[in-house]
Amino acid sequence: METPDQIRDRLLARFPGASVAVVANPGPAAQHSLLLGSGEARAMAEFLRDSPGLRLDFCSNVTGVDWLDREVTDVASKTIPDPAGGPPKLVEQRTKRLQPGYLEVVYHLYSVELRHGPVVLRLRTGNRSDRVAVPSLTPVWRSCEFQEREVFDLFGVVFDGHPDLRRILMWDEFKDHPMRKDYVEPDDYEWEPTPHADVLAKARRHYPAAAPAAKEEPAP
Amino acid sequence: MSFSLPSPLESAPGARVRAVRDPFHGDLLEVSMGPHHPSTHGVFRMNVTLDGETVVKLKPVFGYLHRNHEKIGENASYLGSMPYTDRLDYLCSMTNNWAYALAVERLSGQTVPERAEYLRVILAELTRLLNHTCFAGFILQDCGASGTPLMYAFREREKILDLFESLSGSRMMCNFQRFGGCRADATPEWLEAARALVDGYGAFLDEFEELLTGNEILMARTQGVGRLPAKLAVGAGITGPMLRASGVGYDLRKVDGYGVYPRLDFRVPVGADGDTYDRYMVRVLEMRESIKILRQALGTLPGGPVMDPKARLRGFRAKPGEVYSRIEGPKGEIGFFLISDGGPNPYRYRVRPPSFINLTVLEDLCLGHSIADTVVILGSIDIVLGEVDR
Repeated sequence: METPDQIRDRLLARFPGASVAVVANPGPAAQHSLLLGSGEARAMAEFLRDSPGLRLDFCSNVTGVDWLDREVTDVASKTIPDPAGGPPKLVEQRTKRLQPGYLEVVYHLYSVELRHGPVVLRLRTGNRSDRVAVPSLTPVWRSCEFQEREVFDLFGVVFDGHPDLRRILMWDEFKDHPMRKDYVEPDDYEWEPTPHADVLAKARRHYPAAAPAAKEEPAP
Repeated sequence: MSFSLPSPLESAPGARVRAVRDPFHGDLLEVSMGPHHPSTHGVFRMNVTLDGETVVKLKPVFGYLHRNHEKIGENASYLGSMPYTDRLDYLCSMTNNWAYALAVERLSGQTVPERAEYLRVILAELTRLLNHTCFAGFILQDCGASGTPLMYAFREREKILDLFESLSGSRMMCNFQRFGGCRADATPEWLEAARALVDGYGAFLDEFEELLTGNEILMARTQGVGRLPAKLAVGAGITGPMLRASGVGYDLRKVDGYGVYPRLDFRVPVGADGDTYDRYMVRVLEMRESIKILRQALGTLPGGPVMDPKARLRGFRAKPGEVYSRIEGPKGEIGFFLISDGGPNPYRYRVRPPSFINLTVLEDLCLGHSIADTVVILGSIDIVLGEVDR
C-alpha cells in the first residue's frame, strides 16, 4: 500500500492548494495519519474512496480526541556572529507559547476490495468552544452515521452535512459533553435515598445554592 | 411519500403507541418497542412507525446501558481496563481481552510467546462456537419458537463455559489475556477436556442443524427477509458474519493474519443472498470451520511459557504514540484505538464496537417488512447491549 506521504502527494496533485499534512506517529505501530483541512475534506475523502489504487471503501472506526490548551516550548537554533570577530556561535532560543486546544476527529479507513489499510484521517476544529464544526463524512461512508453522532454527543464536535445529528448515547436534554477532558461529573447523578455526609458535602461543593444543608436526622 | 411524520423525539416519554393522521395512507402507528422487550436482546429501543403491519420508518434509540466505558478506560491504568473489557460483549470476553491485549502490545511493541498465541486462538475459537451457538438458539426464539432450541444451545454453551471457568476462574468474565501473553497456562487435563468437547461438537451441530436448517418455520420466516446488498454492507461498515452473509469474503483472520491464523487451514464461508437465512447459515458454517481450527491448534500446541517474562503489567507505561488494532470477534471487527502520552493510563481509549456499527443498517433492512420480521432481523444482527451502549 502507498505510504501516507505518497497519498498526500496524490491528494495535492488532485486538489492543488488544499491543506494536507502528514502527522507522524512516534510509537512502534507507526500508523501515521493525514491531517485534512476542513474546506475540501469531503471531496478528498471521496477521492480516497474512489481512486483506483486506494479504493478505501470501508471506514472502520470514527472517534474524537480532546486536546486541551497546553504550553509548548519551541526550540530554535540561531547563529550569532561573534562581535570579537571569532567564529559565529550557535545558540538555542527557547520560547514558550500557549497552544490553544482543539477537538480532533480520527477516521480509520481500510479497503475491502484491495485488502489494505489502515489509512488514518484527522480533522481538527478551530478551538474547543465556538468553532467546533467539521464537515461530516457520512455522505461518503455510511458507517460514519452513528459514530459521528457519538462524537457529537460525547465530544461536542458539530458535523456539517450530517443527515441526522442528534445525541445518541446521552439523553436529548443533556447539556455537557462527557468525554471532554475538562468535564466535571455531576455529584447528584445517582439518587440516594439516604445520602450520607460525603455525598452531601460533595453536592454542596458542586451546587452551593441548591444543595440541602446536612442535618442530623434521628434514626427511625 | 409526501406526508410528514412527527419525529420520534417529539413523542412524549412513556407514550407507547399513538396514531398519526395522514390523508393518503390512513392512520400510521408509532410504536415504541423496548427498552424492556424480550425481543430486543437487552435494553434497546426501536421507534417504529407502522402502516398497518408494515414498517415505514424505524429509528433505533440507544444509551440505556451507557456508562462511558471509554472515560473509565482513560482514568484506569492499562491493566485496570482489562477486566472491564469483559463487560463489553459479555458473551465473548475472551476475544474482547485479546483485542485489547493486542492493541496494547502493538502500542508498546511487545511480543507474545508461541504457546500463548496458540492458546489465544483456541480460546477465541471456543468463544466463536459459544457465540454462534447462542445466536442459533436465539434466532428461533425470535421467530416465536419459545425455548427448545435455545435450551439445546445453552446446554452446549455451558460446557464451553465450564472450560473457561476451570482455566480462568470465571465463566463469563474471564479476564484472561494479558499484554505479553496469557494469565495462566492450560493443564494437560484441560487440553484433554477441550479436545473431548471439540470432538463431540460436530455431532451436536449435526443434531442442531437437523432441528433448524431445514426447519419450515425458520425458512419461511428468514428467507428473503432483511436482504442486505454487498455494496451497502461495505459502505455502512458492516463486519463479521453479517458482511460475509452478503457475499463479501472479508475475514480479518485472513486479511490481517494476526496471531497464528496464517498457519492454520480454514475457509471463510460467504452467503449468496444476504438475507436473514444466510446470516444464520454463515454462522453455522463458521462453527464447522472453528472446529477445524480448534483441532489443528489443539494438535500442534507447542510447549513453553505463556507469558513473556519481561512483560510488565503493573505500572505499565507505553511510549507516546497511538495505535488502532482490530481482530475478528464473533460479532465482527472489534478494535481498540489507544493514544499514549507516556503516562500510566491511556490518553485516549476507544472501543470500536462491532454490534453498534452493524445496527447502522437496521432501518434499511426492516423497511417494508412486517413488525414481526423486525424482531427476527434484529436477532440476525446479533447485538449485545453491553457493547452497543458501552
